[in-house]
Amino acid sequence: MLKDLSTAARPALVLTLLFALLLGLAYPLALTGIAQVVFPRQANGSLIERDGHVIGSALIGQMFTQDRYFHGRPSAAGKGYDAMASSGSNFGPTSRALADRVTTDVAAFRKSPGSPVPVDLVTTSASGLDPHLSPEAALFQAERVAKARGLDVARVKTLVIDNTERPLLGFLGEPRVNVLALNLALDSMAGGGAQAHP
Amino acid sequence: MTTGMTFQGWTLILFFTALVAALAKPVGVWLFALYEGRRTPLHRVLGPVENGFYRLSGIDPEAEQGWRRYALHMLVFNLVLLLFTYAVLRLQDVLPLNPRGLAAMGADGAMNTAVSFTTNTNWQWYAGEATVSNLSQMLGLTIHNFLSAATGIAVAFALFRGFARREAKTVGNFWADCTRVTLYLLLPICVVYALFLIASGVPQTLSSLVDTTSLEGLRQSIALGPVASQEAIKMLGTNGGGFFNANSAHPFENPTALTNLAQMLSIFAIGAGLTWCFGKAVGNTRQGWAILTAMLTLFLIGAGVTYWQEAAGNPVLHHLGAIGGNMEGKEVRFGIAASALFSVVTTAASCGAVNAMHDSFTALGGMVPLINMQLGEVVVGGVGAGIYGFLLFALLAVFVAGLMVGRTPEYLGKKIEAREVKLAVLAIAVLPLSILGLTALSAVLPDGLAGPLNKGPHGFTEILYAFASGTGNNGSAFAGLSAGTPFYNGLLSVAMWVGRFFIIVPVLAVAGNLAAKKHTPETAGSFPTTGPLWIGLLIAVILIVGGLTFLPSLALGPIADHLAMISGQLF
Repeated sequence: MLKDLSTAARPALVLTLLFALLLGLAYPLALTGIAQVVFPRQANGSLIERDGHVIGSALIGQMFTQDRYFHGRPSAAGKGYDAMASSGSNFGPTSRALADRVTTDVAAFRKSPGSPVPVDLVTTSASGLDPHLSPEAALFQAERVAKARGLDVARVKTLVIDNTERPLLGFLGEPRVNVLALNLALDSMAGGGAQAHP
Repeated sequence: MTTGMTFQGWTLILFFTALVAALAKPVGVWLFALYEGRRTPLHRVLGPVENGFYRLSGIDPEAEQGWRRYALHMLVFNLVLLLFTYAVLRLQDVLPLNPRGLAAMGADGAMNTAVSFTTNTNWQWYAGEATVSNLSQMLGLTIHNFLSAATGIAVAFALFRGFARREAKTVGNFWADCTRVTLYLLLPICVVYALFLIASGVPQTLSSLVDTTSLEGLRQSIALGPVASQEAIKMLGTNGGGFFNANSAHPFENPTALTNLAQMLSIFAIGAGLTWCFGKAVGNTRQGWAILTAMLTLFLIGAGVTYWQEAAGNPVLHHLGAIGGNMEGKEVRFGIAASALFSVVTTAASCGAVNAMHDSFTALGGMVPLINMQLGEVVVGGVGAGIYGFLLFALLAVFVAGLMVGRTPEYLGKKIEAREVKLAVLAIAVLPLSILGLTALSAVLPDGLAGPLNKGPHGFTEILYAFASGTGNNGSAFAGLSAGTPFYNGLLSVAMWVGRFFIIVPVLAVAGNLAAKKHTPETAGSFPTTGPLWIGLLIAVILIVGGLTFLPSLALGPIADHLAMISGQLF
């Protein structure tokens, strides 16, 4: 037993050190070097610039509050879309806090008493940073956005459909709309009132 | 967002299962080469590294070890690794690559994290982006993601040798097994895998955040870091410890439906390969296929139940006018099918990565991940841990079959006697002792009761899930539980340590015991361990042992929660 212990000491200590160098430093640093050369855009967060300013990441959802933009899902990350504090709500299915929150949000979105609301529009995502909406949840907001911009509703709906990504091979992923990409497309629409701040 | 299961959803589940079955042999062939210590094409490049490591650390890879020495060396290595990570976390404020100047981790938190990553649990009481520096992620945590996985596979190899060898005193060399698996299997796959993830949008940078200003002029700081290198081994090694708090639900960890498929496959790949490798090692690959068939059957049942429940949605929300399946705590890009599937994969294996918040699943949808962990994660299972856990159940199954026909049970030409069965039961009994015992303690002590976020039966489930996850070395959570307290950090450290090493040591004892036995030739009276009867018996033993032990705890938690949910009772 004692002999077994003493023979373990050197391999355990030296291998810890060697593997720390290989797996803890060489592996991640080499990948960082390769990534920065070969995939610099993705490796640095898939950032989107407009007019020389970084306006967000293509992959990270952000807060929209104005009527003229499509809004993402409710977010439990910090005070909402805090990308330094990703989180879901963690409310269980029988949580009163969940029911209260959904009641408030449904009331805000609902167009007439008793009308249904797409579920993703009133539920928080797992990360709190979901960049997407279902096409239904985006189309649901088309009237509001069109009105705020003085646009034809049909044009806005067409824009949503044009910005809908389909599942890969028909079954990998869900139909979805990237909210930031959709709002950028809105701003660049002819007659879309990009400059007309409320 | 539709309510109810779709053809598309089932296509995904069945396509995924078929891919896992297809991967078993190619991965198994590679594993078998490492099991035997044969040269692989990668030796040309990495052979000098392997030999250099042996020379510097004074290891003779040909020196065979008995099970006691194998176990002791494994324990010493893991202990040193644990202390190393504890030191890195405690000193991260003075170490480099800490661009945001994060403070050192506290003693109980650092101990919990070091135990967690050493035991392949990767339970995280903290939010990664707010607590752990880039250096700690790489040096303190990534290293365990590799070596805890390699340790699991090494133990599985030792057990395989126990079945394969005859009248032998030894079960292999721990250092050689561990080093070969890391260098020739985990590292090369991870390099390719991480590059795929980066190309798909997973960041890999040493900066830790970027500031942005939205179209409306709102500010958003976005956390970044060396994510992809950690992400690859987090999945492949069934570790599951996320770079970010939201884990694989975070768009930077798992940006697309394709990365999601790759992540699920990489959780199961090595576990499935080990079943084939086992069959090959004992001289009959049908033995391996029989085990994989039993595993995938249990897996499909679980995936079906969770998908059904999640797609049906929460009647409480339907009543309020929110129409569709249960999307609370799920991402739109994955939807319900891929979230339900991921949750069953990650708990069937001892991975614990999540792409949706299990706490917000429907009551029965969230019960399946819980049961998976309570059964010891033997459905494909963690790398190494899955197959050795499953083989313990196989020993029980042949023992039960032997009792029924009144013969000394045999498995793969080895007589299974009292000592092996005692050791198997000892290892299996660790699960209920730790899970139920610690849950009971936490459900009565004030420090324990302060933990849950949700009230009512769901709050109890949060506690039960935590100890099932810790003991099963899973690491996923009903994350509403505030587990970052000295009470939970301490108890969960105990659960994780016990759940790992109090199983591994009996497994290695079984290996040593079996290796020493003579080969008993198969006769007409031997119970065949390849056909449907055997597969059925295996499934029954797993479900009965697990069912009898854990059903009362499920009745108090998820089943009560379900009854409340369908009757509209809120807490």
